[in-house]
Amino acid sequence: METVDTTEKRNQIWAFLVTGFLILVSMLYYKANVYYMYVVVYIWFGFAYGMMLQYGRFCFASASRDLFAAGVPRMAVGILVALFFFSLIQATLASTNMSTFHPAPFGIHTLISGVIFGVGMVLAGGCASGSLYKIGEGNGTSILSILGISFGQAIFVDVGGPLLKLVPQSWIDSSNAKELPAEKITSWFDYYLTGYVWDQPKIQLSHVKSVSEALPGALKYFVADSLINALIPAAILICVIYYFYSRKGFMKKRAKLKGGTTGFGDELSGIWGMITASKRTTLMGVIIGITAGLHIFVMKGMQIKFGISNFGELLERMGHTADLGINGTVFDPGYWYITSQEGQFGAWVLQLFGWDMRDNVFFGINNGLPEPWRNPALWMSFGIIFGAMVMSLLNKEFKFKIPKGELIVWGLLGGTLMGLGSRPALGCNIGAFFIRVAGGDPSGWLYGIGMVTGAFFGVKFFNWWSERKMAKEMESF
Amino acid sequence: MAMKFEKTGEGTYMLDVCGYVCPHPQIYCKKSLEKINEGDILELVIDNPSSAETIIQMCDQVGHEILEKKNEGNKIIFRIQKA
Repeated sequence: METVDTTEKRNQIWAFLVTGFLILVSMLYYKANVYYMYVVVYIWFGFAYGMMLQYGRFCFASASRDLFAAGVPRMAVGILVALFFFSLIQATLASTNMSTFHPAPFGIHTLISGVIFGVGMVLAGGCASGSLYKIGEGNGTSILSILGISFGQAIFVDVGGPLLKLVPQSWIDSSNAKELPAEKITSWFDYYLTGYVWDQPKIQLSHVKSVSEALPGALKYFVADSLINALIPAAILICVIYYFYSRKGFMKKRAKLKGGTTGFGDELSGIWGMITASKRTTLMGVIIGITAGLHIFVMKGMQIKFGISNFGELLERMGHTADLGINGTVFDPGYWYITSQEGQFGAWVLQLFGWDMRDNVFFGINNGLPEPWRNPALWMSFGIIFGAMVMSLLNKEFKFKIPKGELIVWGLLGGTLMGLGSRPALGCNIGAFFIRVAGGDPSGWLYGIGMVTGAFFGVKFFNWWSERKMAKEMESF
Repeated sequence: MAMKFEKTGEGTYMLDVCGYVCPHPQIYCKKSLEKINEGDILELVIDNPSSAETIIQMCDQVGHEILEKKNEGNKIIFRIQKA
């Protein structure tokens, strides 16, 4: 029988092997071409995210799901803490021209997409980033979820046929006016992007005319983007969450301790107590926020060093022009992002089976279809998985769990819905919510409201489902 | 893999949700605690680390006492007394 020591030693060996593998990959990339250091940066930031997400049990699905299902504010608070630090760093970077952030089209589509994503993340048992780190823990359901995200998206952005009858004429007219290559406008999603989304305004509070005139220099980033778009709403949300989910239990204990009267000071203690209730989650929230900001700084630095604005330019220099969209670009977010690269992976696989995945805007024009080993954002996702794997091995939490029964359905369905809820918003819980809110883009909150709404309905469904199962189990007593 | 909830003795119950991932363990744990009586003991067996974090906080907020929490291999076993 294996002893605890043997298991621990074996886990450590595996942790070293995984880390060593990534170091080897990095060295091979450097030897192949110094331009690949751009990819290597994504790998190691992904690795760092993976370790922190696993250690802090950091999952955006948990933020709203556990609030509604179990009344536990741990993760919601952790995310708001991360937002706090990330937004301050984003403002610092923006004010020094070291930011890669860009706002996204603002519209009702963002809210609707968020709702679909919110339902999906509850069914799947984790958001996009959460599913990746849980794969690192050995969670087979999360593998199915990511497969759902990958292939669901890839098919969604390419499928036309009868769906084209649902395209409004206004979208067709607007798309035609842009004179894009006709052979790339073949799917419902192509018209959605070119005829609707691209026409929506992009808002970054610091760049709103009245704001940039009233707040000179760096002030506009700190006041508008950080304070108004992120810090104040986050502080309000923390107070609201405390009031509805934490206050009653805390004040009851505090009143008992003090023998009766409580005051405002106790309320502040209650809020602080809620924030520090899960030290590992809150600590990881702080570090994730700082790391996400550092990631932007480093990517911008790499772009300045190589004299580029997109990794596609480096691929072209290295002769890999087949990887690119017709604009000469590939998907290169310049910061933490999930789902787009999984969609590229799904499309790459489908292409192997003869499906033309370049006859659309998403892959054919904007993001290209690089080979997976030349896809920087996809390497970031692999980094997240490996980082989480190393952390879970070292903490003896790694266990490969094969999904069975209903978990297969929830994983695939949830992942597919997450894919369908991220593409139309051009991002997921990370790209469409976390990054945008911290960067001064109010559409981030629109997506967040959608996610929470969708999660509410997802939890309602699971409550009903589990009630049925419990009733069956309790029939005998 | 199947959710198992059974009475193991007078005022003691066992809930086994091994194999389940978030949010099932915490939902089933909450529902089980709602169904048993005050003072009853629930032995909860899970193997999903992130659910454990939520369950600990859930119990703390409501006032249920975690009498014991132990790791057996990859399993996490709680003994919870309903408040």
